[in-house]
Amino acid sequence: MQNAAKPIPAGPAQVPPQGAADQPDHSRRDFLTLATGAMTVVGVAAFVWPFINSMNPASDVLALSTTEVDLAPLKLGQALTVVWRGSPVFIRHRTPDEITAAAAVNLAELRDPETDAARVKKPQWLVMVGVCTHLGCVPLGQAPGDPKGEYGGWFCPCHGSQYDTAGRIRKGPAPQNLVIPPYVFETDTLIKIG
Amino acid sequence: MRIRHVISSLGLLAWAGLAGGLMLDRAAAEEAAKPLARQDWSFNGMQGTYDRAALQRGFQVYKEVCATCHSLSLLSYRNLGGGKGFAAGDESASGPGFSEAEIKAIAAEYKVKDGPNDQGEMFERPARPSDRFVGPFANDNAARAANNGSLPPDLSLMIKARANGADYVYALLTEYGDAPGGFQLTEGMNYNAAFPGHQIAMPQPLHGDDVKYADGTKATIEQEAHDVVQFLAWAAEPNLEARHRLGIEVLGFLVILTGLFFVLKRRIAKRLGLH
Amino acid sequence: MSTHNSPNSDPQASQSQAGKTNLRNYGLVRWIDYRLPFVGFIEKDLIGYPEPKNLNYWWSFGSLAGITLLVMILSGIFLAMHYIPNTEMAFNSVESIMRDVNGGWLIRYIHMNGASLFFLVVYIHIFRGIYYGSYKSPRELLWIIGVVILLLMMATAFLGYVLPWGQMSFWGATVITNLFSAIPVIGTPITTWLWGGFGVGNPTLNRFFALHYLLPFVIIGVAMLHLLALRTHGSNNPLGIEVRSKADTIPFHPYYTVKDLFSLGVFAIVFAVLVFYMPNALGEPDNYKPANPLITPAHIVPEWYLLPFYAILRSIPSKLGGVLAMGGAIFMLFILPWLDRSRVRSCTFRPIYKVLFWVFVVDCLLLGYLGAKPPEGWYLIGSRLAAAWYFIHFLILTPLVGWFETPKPLPVSISLPVLPSTALPQEKH
Repeated sequence: MQNAAKPIPAGPAQVPPQGAADQPDHSRRDFLTLATGAMTVVGVAAFVWPFINSMNPASDVLALSTTEVDLAPLKLGQALTVVWRGSPVFIRHRTPDEITAAAAVNLAELRDPETDAARVKKPQWLVMVGVCTHLGCVPLGQAPGDPKGEYGGWFCPCHGSQYDTAGRIRKGPAPQNLVIPPYVFETDTLIKIG
Repeated sequence: MRIRHVISSLGLLAWAGLAGGLMLDRAAAEEAAKPLARQDWSFNGMQGTYDRAALQRGFQVYKEVCATCHSLSLLSYRNLGGGKGFAAGDESASGPGFSEAEIKAIAAEYKVKDGPNDQGEMFERPARPSDRFVGPFANDNAARAANNGSLPPDLSLMIKARANGADYVYALLTEYGDAPGGFQLTEGMNYNAAFPGHQIAMPQPLHGDDVKYADGTKATIEQEAHDVVQFLAWAAEPNLEARHRLGIEVLGFLVILTGLFFVLKRRIAKRLGLH
Repeated sequence: MSTHNSPNSDPQASQSQAGKTNLRNYGLVRWIDYRLPFVGFIEKDLIGYPEPKNLNYWWSFGSLAGITLLVMILSGIFLAMHYIPNTEMAFNSVESIMRDVNGGWLIRYIHMNGASLFFLVVYIHIFRGIYYGSYKSPRELLWIIGVVILLLMMATAFLGYVLPWGQMSFWGATVITNLFSAIPVIGTPITTWLWGGFGVGNPTLNRFFALHYLLPFVIIGVAMLHLLALRTHGSNNPLGIEVRSKADTIPFHPYYTVKDLFSLGVFAIVFAVLVFYMPNALGEPDNYKPANPLITPAHIVPEWYLLPFYAILRSIPSKLGGVLAMGGAIFMLFILPWLDRSRVRSCTFRPIYKVLFWVFVVDCLLLGYLGAKPPEGWYLIGSRLAAAWYFIHFLILTPLVGWFETPKPLPVSISLPVLPSTALPQEKH
């Protein structure tokens, strides 16, 4: 704090006028200003990033991102809804009739062409995310008494999208087939979703 | 000027007296308590890291000795693998580094209560890696009932919840002994030189050879204490390695940037004729 | 900005400025500025604002305090996204931030240590104000608004310390809220009202969280008033004399911008060392134990920045007396502009008050040290003496010294030294 006692020279008035001798210094200063400015911007961005990243799923959330389901109790023709990552997953034990109907569809008729075989790992088990691809409602068709739509699959009550027995969009506003989640058969009747 | 001198000397005198008195008092207070022996931990210092092998051995000590009474409720089995680093996708090991299969096997040794199932009943299932560590008691009251009324504390944050936690826990585990003559030991309590008040409810947990290390390390009391303290230090601060790594980078960046600011400031000052 | 410059200011400086800030050449900027004078504000109040040319590094602490406040708000908002204000879950949610949330440990350590550094910066800022007489006419309200900010900071820090719901959180909340019960007659109802129950509990935690989120924004508002008052008469300066001509000032940008950025860099390095290498050094280990209403920790101490006040509180052997003394300690700061009768601002020219100032600094540090010690024996005697000195300093010595002290001769102006070069060494070039 002792420095405060020092008198300050008169300043600008005493500065020699900026002449040609000062010019080489000029570009160096500009580079310095630029480099410092760029580094400051990088620093601020690096400082802000962890805050933004903290909003991504935390490790405990990611750890819960798989669900195991035992299919053994599910009889022919029955359906089961399980929760995976907070969304419903539809599992239907399809009858041979349903499988034949799904396989017989002409791909040219479909809005989102996909063969039935491409949508299942084992034909009798259809596993898909039960969220309408239109605006995220949960379609009806899981319970025995539910409306299943004209194609015997699922019917979305929000805007009338209709899905067939392979979960493909056939009618209504939805643009895509119901999404197939990643899953594997751990045994013949045990699947792990996610 | 005279007045100034009088005031300053009076002031100085008063402060010196006070400081002297405080120091005497402090010295007297420190004589009573035995100073904590400092250990040379691998995680100390700016570049400190955990000792992977010691973490695995320490986990074994926790699992086979401590876990009989102490929970570790803030940890999940999944944490036993590589730790989650700071940067996204940075899975460089900061945990004990067990493989996924090993973690699954460890978790499956424990039962967790889940449910209700379709019948509306609670059921037990083997723990999964995403489950928290299963504690030895159903709740605190059960723990008290089983331990003469004292609650064995959760160990998740033990190292951070005590001053110089690592050294303290190490000392606590290694400084059991017979009470010196004249020391009044309450019935059911044990003498421990490191514990405040020297009477601790926990009986001596480590005696040497309490576990058989897979890597052939000799399980002396000191070795076991060292390993379990490493493990608990990691449990309390799993992100220490990521923190140390990032810190070096941040400091390096800041030192350069601050240097640039200084040079820039000096030039502007020169230009304005300030200094 | 060149329009605000004096004719004799550095030609090159104004030239380079003019090249950069001619935003008004753009029609859109002119259109907006006519309706919302944003560019005008930046030019007039941030870039071209005339500052005394002799400000030293102690003047950087004001801007550092502002930046720290913003860092605290930023980190706090992101912590609030993960925190759960419920007694059952608060402790574990904080630990989840430390363990599971991406970079959560970093954000929390920034917030934890940022609180300490915020107080450090503000305390230095306050001591700077005392040393250079920045509280004197016409800056009394500027000073008082600053003390209001300090009070708000203390409240915010206390509320925030409760949120992790560790042992120190719980018992700190219990002890501080019980201070209100010292008020005669209405004390107990007020305490119950604060708690929303019959002790610190879930309702308390919930409202503390809500208020902890609110108060920083109140601080921003009051800080704006602080700046408004500052701009009314301009910054004080190390010589404590008024700005007499344009020759005494330089525009804020670029010199003070870069000087403050350099200070910020040094500050950030200190901050980083704390966050990355000693994040818990300023905290209490006891706060890593979950709150337990049945067991009080052996030594309850507040965070270091409240220790001097805590020492004063404990030095009085009466409940109401202690609370009054603690409140009085802050009150001294409020009335300081009227306690100091000297017409000279800066301690540079006040030989006796300068000595008193440094003794006062030592006294505050000593009170802080004693606040962390058990109130017994020498410690208690020490804190009584130190607390007594605190009040003697303000109430007796400050007015007295202002009355009989002979200040050194003042310079004529900031840019012209009053004394020949024999008395003060000339500046090196």
